[in-house]
Amino acid sequence: MSTETANLQPAEQRRRGMIALAWLIKYNIYVMLLTLIVASSLLSEHFLTVQNVFNLLRQLAPLALVSLGMLLVILTGGIDLSVGSVAAIGGMAIAMTMPAMPIEGAGALVFCVLAATACGVVLGAVNGVLVAGFGMASFVATLAMMTMARGIAYMLSNGQPVRFPRELPTAQILTAFGAKGVPGIGLPWPVVGALVIVLLFTFLLRRSSWGRLTVATGSNETAVRLAGLPVARYKFLAYTICGGLSALAGILVTARTAVGTPVTGAGLELDAIAACVIGGALLSGGKGSVINTMVGVLILGLIGNIMNLMSVPAYPQQIIKGAIIILAVLLQGVGAAARQRV
Amino acid sequence: MERLSMQGISKAFGGIAALRGATFSARAGEVHALMGENGAGKSTLMKILSGAYHHDGGDIRIDGTPVGIHTPQDAISRGVSVIYQEFSLARHLTVAENILLDRLGRQRLIDHRALEMRAAELLAEMGFPEIDPRGTVGDLPVAFQQVVEICKALSRECSILVLDEPTAVLTTYEAEKLFALVGRLRARGVCIIYISHRLDEVFALCDRVTVLKDGATVGTWPVAELDHERLTNLMIGRELSDFFPSREAQIGPIILELNQLMLAPGAPALDLAVRRGEVLGIGGLVGAGRTEVLRAIFGADPIADGKILLRGQPFRPHNPGDAVRAGIGLVPEDRKQQGVLLDLPILTNALMTPVNPHLWRLGLLRDRRERKAVRNLSQSLRLKAASLDVEAGTLSGGNQQKVALMKWLVSGCEVLLLDEPTRGVDVGAKVEIYRVINELAAQGTAVVMVSSEMLELIGMCDRVLVMHAGAIAGELAGASLTEENIIELAMGREHVH
Ligand SMILES: Nc1ncnc2c1ncn2[C@@H]1O[C@H](COP(=O)(O)OP(=O)(O)OP(=O)(O)O)[C@@H](O)[C@H]1O
Ligand SMILES: [Mg+2]
Repeated sequence: MSTETANLQPAEQRRRGMIALAWLIKYNIYVMLLTLIVASSLLSEHFLTVQNVFNLLRQLAPLALVSLGMLLVILTGGIDLSVGSVAAIGGMAIAMTMPAMPIEGAGALVFCVLAATACGVVLGAVNGVLVAGFGMASFVATLAMMTMARGIAYMLSNGQPVRFPRELPTAQILTAFGAKGVPGIGLPWPVVGALVIVLLFTFLLRRSSWGRLTVATGSNETAVRLAGLPVARYKFLAYTICGGLSALAGILVTARTAVGTPVTGAGLELDAIAACVIGGALLSGGKGSVINTMVGVLILGLIGNIMNLMSVPAYPQQIIKGAIIILAVLLQGVGAAARQRV
Repeated sequence: MERLSMQGISKAFGGIAALRGATFSARAGEVHALMGENGAGKSTLMKILSGAYHHDGGDIRIDGTPVGIHTPQDAISRGVSVIYQEFSLARHLTVAENILLDRLGRQRLIDHRALEMRAAELLAEMGFPEIDPRGTVGDLPVAFQQVVEICKALSRECSILVLDEPTAVLTTYEAEKLFALVGRLRARGVCIIYISHRLDEVFALCDRVTVLKDGATVGTWPVAELDHERLTNLMIGRELSDFFPSREAQIGPIILELNQLMLAPGAPALDLAVRRGEVLGIGGLVGAGRTEVLRAIFGADPIADGKILLRGQPFRPHNPGDAVRAGIGLVPEDRKQQGVLLDLPILTNALMTPVNPHLWRLGLLRDRRERKAVRNLSQSLRLKAASLDVEAGTLSGGNQQKVALMKWLVSGCEVLLLDEPTRGVDVGAKVEIYRVINELAAQGTAVVMVSSEMLELIGMCDRVLVMHAGAIAGELAGASLTEENIIELAMGREHVH
């Protein structure tokens, strides 16, 4: 009897260990997020203050929107490199249209936001036509769009930042939106806005047929086509929506900084791709989740924030950031390998 | 009255004709076999019917009215449902979503509960209530994926159902259920078109048969008027004298030995030995662990315990590269995912091994020499391809299998592991593959061959090991090597000598 239990125990222990390990691997990004939060609060007393957390979230709202758009494109098996440039155009467009409007106030702002978003939608649609209509590789099409849109952004203002009169009522609403938060709670408005959009797309990707078929297109395009469904439409829509979300992100940046600059969003595409990948999205398409991508956004933001609080210089920051991305993806690789042997 | 009539259908891919005026017609309430060699154009003809390909010429009538089928949607709305030879499943989606994929396009918001219930109904009707509609398709075994594929076709109200080699990845157990279902659909008046390379299935299941050869129709006959020999003759246009060519191989010393090998902690220990010049068969049901044994020898899966001896020396492959350099080759069962690189030309596929003997120093390729070697090989295998530079993915299913085999013939290996080597291969080409196996054995190669076709095991192997539930249930050779004995052992019943 005693020998039996002695024999069983290590096996049982090993089994429990395996289960714990499997759990850790499965939820690795949540574990990582928690670890970062705990580590950050230990490393700096400034971290876990309402002020810092809300500021961090406010800064991350644009990245959240762009990553969401990027995720849609990645789910179809593509990539969109033009998001940063399109965001710049969105931010410039709102800065330029507000003073030019014949009317002032909330109505005018709504119109300007729609107009600026529409710019992004159009550019995204061009991407969509090139990829879905002409069968161009998404990397190439959106790379071209990336340089073109950046060029347009510079041309719009001769390379200068676009300032707008602060006292303009329309602009006041926008900057208040960018700087203030929900009365009482203080949660920044841009975060509320991004959250609403993110939740909407979480729902759509899970429950709408458009969402499932977008995922299906990335998983097996032929299967979708042979079911008699319009594959090109799902791809087109992904790029178009991504363009619109990128422009919205640019608007949020302008709202926060009260200026539209043509350099907005430089390198944003890489952060967005990183957020998706950390969130477990497959670049070959068919797999990825909105929630996990948002966790990816938070992880990226936290890394930057804590290093700023600890005044790590900018260059080492980049190295550490890259290393953490590699670590996150490695953990996933281990998880995938454990689930499915080569 | 014919339900379906296709007249003078032609189709060319990049100037090479796949169909030349093919004619085909089928009635309601019949199971109509479509037969022909690999690359004869069977799948292409059915893809034209389903709107996956456009035809260059000819016309299609359903119930006497001409129909223009230009897109898959056109075909679906006319009641045509196709189970494709290549899986067309979205691996990351659930079973239910895959089965009801085209229905998704017609709703705005998805009622997952209703979707899963409908899928469960279809799976139960098919006889597979054990498949969970909420499971992810990519996690299912291949046979169950095929079941999902079939359910997908059945989810639509169809009046014409095309099955393109549906049993290629099914075992007898699942195939029986499929046949029962086909019988029920026939009684309901569905027109069923059945493509298969397994002659006995065709004779058991089908009413009439149409034979295609080189993209043209040879003719249509009631199955009752034909026998195996005559049908084979019609398909390949020549007499097949002996289906299993005889082998003159000297059986030499033991080259590979498994000694109490365990694939997982606590799994049954396996013992096996194969000699130079010998063809060893491994029989058993799908899931009995046959593929896993081959993969372990090949270094593709880890080994928990026990030993492998190669030429008497301990051998522990950590990855397939180790195995290949030690002279072991593997032709895997899943050729789409593992056997061939569909996007690369035949030539590259054939030379895709770490021990390409035609390499120049420093690993540079020597194109002319390689090309010649591969061309000779493709002739001896009767590979049907426009040139060696076409992508392997454009070949017909059976011809892809030949490409998967080719790389080991180029590199030469001392132990060749074959997992279902003739799956989806036509009768004529099967004999070619058997001939190649025999030649290799005669040169002293040891061949280990997993097969679900019992006649193949009996006809080709010197000895057959039968596996059941991960263990070797018994060994058969000589007079005891019969279909009954293989089944007995495979089902796990005690074998009586
Ligand atoms: N997409 C394609 N591009 C180029 N050639 C093709 C394509 N599809 C098929 N072919 C060619 O058309 C011919 C007929 O192929 P098909 O797949 O119809 O044969 P099959 O009769 O179904 O053979 P199997 O029994 O091997 O499945 C082959 O020579 C093949 O190489
Ligand atoms: Mg075929």
